[in-house]
Amino acid sequence: MLKYLIEKEFKQFFRNSFLPRIVIAMPFMAILIFPMVANYDVKNINLSIVDNDKSPYSSQMVRKIESSGYFRITDVSSTYNEALKSIEQNKSDVILEIPNQFETDLVREGETRVLISTNTVNGMKGSLGSAYLSAIVADFNSQIRSELMQIKKGIQVPAIEIVPMYKFNPRLIYKVFMIPAIMIMILALVCGFLPALNIVGEKESGTFEQMNVTPVSKIHFILAKLIPYWVVGFVVLTICFLAAWAFYGFLPVGSFVTLYVFTTLFVLAISGFGLVISNYANTIQQAIFMIFFFVMTFIFMSGLYTPVASMPQWAQALSTISPLKYIIMVFRLVYLKGSSVSDLFVPFFALMGFAVFFNGWAVLSYHKKN
Amino acid sequence: MQSFQNPTENEFAVSCQSVSKHYIKNSPFEKLNVKALENISFDVSRGELFGIIGPDGAGKTTLFRILTTLILADEGTVSIEGNDVVKDFKSIRNEVGYMPGRFSLYQDLTVEENLNVFAKVFKTSIEENYHLIEDIYKQIEPFKKRRAGKLSGGMKQKLALCCALIHKPKVLFLDEPTTGVDPVSRKEFWDMLKRLKAQNITILVSTPYMDEASLCDRIALIQNGSFLKIDTPKNIVNQFPHELWSVSSDAMSKLLNDLRKIPNIRSCFSFGESHHVTLKNKDWSVDELKVVLEKYEHTSVEIKVIEASIEDCFMDLT
Repeated sequence: MLKYLIEKEFKQFFRNSFLPRIVIAMPFMAILIFPMVANYDVKNINLSIVDNDKSPYSSQMVRKIESSGYFRITDVSSTYNEALKSIEQNKSDVILEIPNQFETDLVREGETRVLISTNTVNGMKGSLGSAYLSAIVADFNSQIRSELMQIKKGIQVPAIEIVPMYKFNPRLIYKVFMIPAIMIMILALVCGFLPALNIVGEKESGTFEQMNVTPVSKIHFILAKLIPYWVVGFVVLTICFLAAWAFYGFLPVGSFVTLYVFTTLFVLAISGFGLVISNYANTIQQAIFMIFFFVMTFIFMSGLYTPVASMPQWAQALSTISPLKYIIMVFRLVYLKGSSVSDLFVPFFALMGFAVFFNGWAVLSYHKKN
Repeated sequence: MQSFQNPTENEFAVSCQSVSKHYIKNSPFEKLNVKALENISFDVSRGELFGIIGPDGAGKTTLFRILTTLILADEGTVSIEGNDVVKDFKSIRNEVGYMPGRFSLYQDLTVEENLNVFAKVFKTSIEENYHLIEDIYKQIEPFKKRRAGKLSGGMKQKLALCCALIHKPKVLFLDEPTTGVDPVSRKEFWDMLKRLKAQNITILVSTPYMDEASLCDRIALIQNGSFLKIDTPKNIVNQFPHELWSVSSDAMSKLLNDLRKIPNIRSCFSFGESHHVTLKNKDWSVDELKVVLEKYEHTSVEIKVIEASIEDCFMDLT
């Protein structure tokens, strides 16, 4: 009996003119486009320069900033107030003011000041912009210093140069960080929420009730709903893996087996969650709204965009209820660090707990309704 | 109200004893306490065509949903073919066919696929019970590759009936099968029911159309969740206690108002082409009323003595 129900489900899925296409399009969209857009490498910061000195040193410094690639000089003003106007008109994001006698002070006194003033309406762009700029100025500073010292005293100055080493993501590519998380988001949609919407859809069209007067048991009915989407989910995930490899040559350091094991657990948990929603919602509108609410919560609590550790204490505690947090953590660790199941006991049991909890809840709330 | 004193459960296809159902809602936005059904008792014999007749909102669908194990009654017991709807709901689901009022098949599957799905979930096949649905299915067979959602209203109805019949049910529940169906298809549909009855299938059908009542073996008149009467259509009509006249004139809506002003008129309802009138004083003759109406300046007044219909009985009982 289950076989025929699943067959029916697949027939309906492929007859739908919309779903199969979106299922194929989504992984490509996600792997090709999202990592480019959801990118925290801030580039093209618009810089306004107020050079009161106009000396060889000041122009040397401006050139150094320009050649860094992060900045675009969009405005050159003669006074600070003028430069402020360009910020107000949204022409520039950061002002660098070089004082009068910049070079003279630097050579004579060995000390001078520059002013960096930032528009922080977009906090991320502002703070990163001023940090980048400070770093370049500091770099320029040490360059100048060693030059001057050599001229003056002819000796090498001792200086500490910091060489950071980025483990597991040596070039700090943001994409590499994002792709595993995006894969999970798609998986959650396909395996968790599509079957839930499907069930609520049957409620709305009355076929749910029609099926209820047949000897089809609830377990069979629900399994027939879930299994096709599990299959589709794994197909989509595999397409994601392939696309990540084809477009970025991005392969997990760890093994695919680990990824699939955890995916199975996660899929169980999230489809259980979907079932809970389908039990409480009577219309598709209600279901979509509930899903939207929980997806937002789960995603922001999951550390997909911002690290969990930088959240306030209460939010960190709250984030433990997001199954997405654990699976995203696993995917990142396996992809970048090559962790294996034995390193991942905590997420393993957490996901297992979620699976038991949500499916148990689904079973209980189902009985309540009848 | 008719009730059987000692019903031996197994004699009846459906036996319903003092069933009540309330809908209670207590949310901040709405407080609701609706008596959907109150103290409903009736029995349906094997092979009977039993009609439940009543207006929209009378509780017909709620009753059907209780009988088909979809919801639980608050009070009372129901047994279908000797099985209790609460304890033995699983075996009941194998034995009943249910056709809800709203078209509830998979719109994105074809006619044939729908039938197949329902045959398969009952662990049977189309071929096995083809003789049952043959008459009906022949009419939609030319469209068997068409998706159910693209069928016309009458065709959907036929397909739904086929799907409800495919597992050879002992009892068939049809909830308002002819609502929104054109008169020709309605007649066809009742002809089909008669043929099914000949196959010894017990049929319970609900309808808001009083004219269909006479096509049933027995009917129950339902209003506001209670049965007003259970009997054969003939008995119900024969028991109509008053003399009934049909009155018409050139100004029908004025006529209705004027008739209601006349003290000796007991009741007056509009029935399409004419108004049906019952009197308090039986000695009044047709001519006497005619004289009164002509005083109200009515022209071409026609008054006939008529037989009561089920609808007249229903109006009289409510």
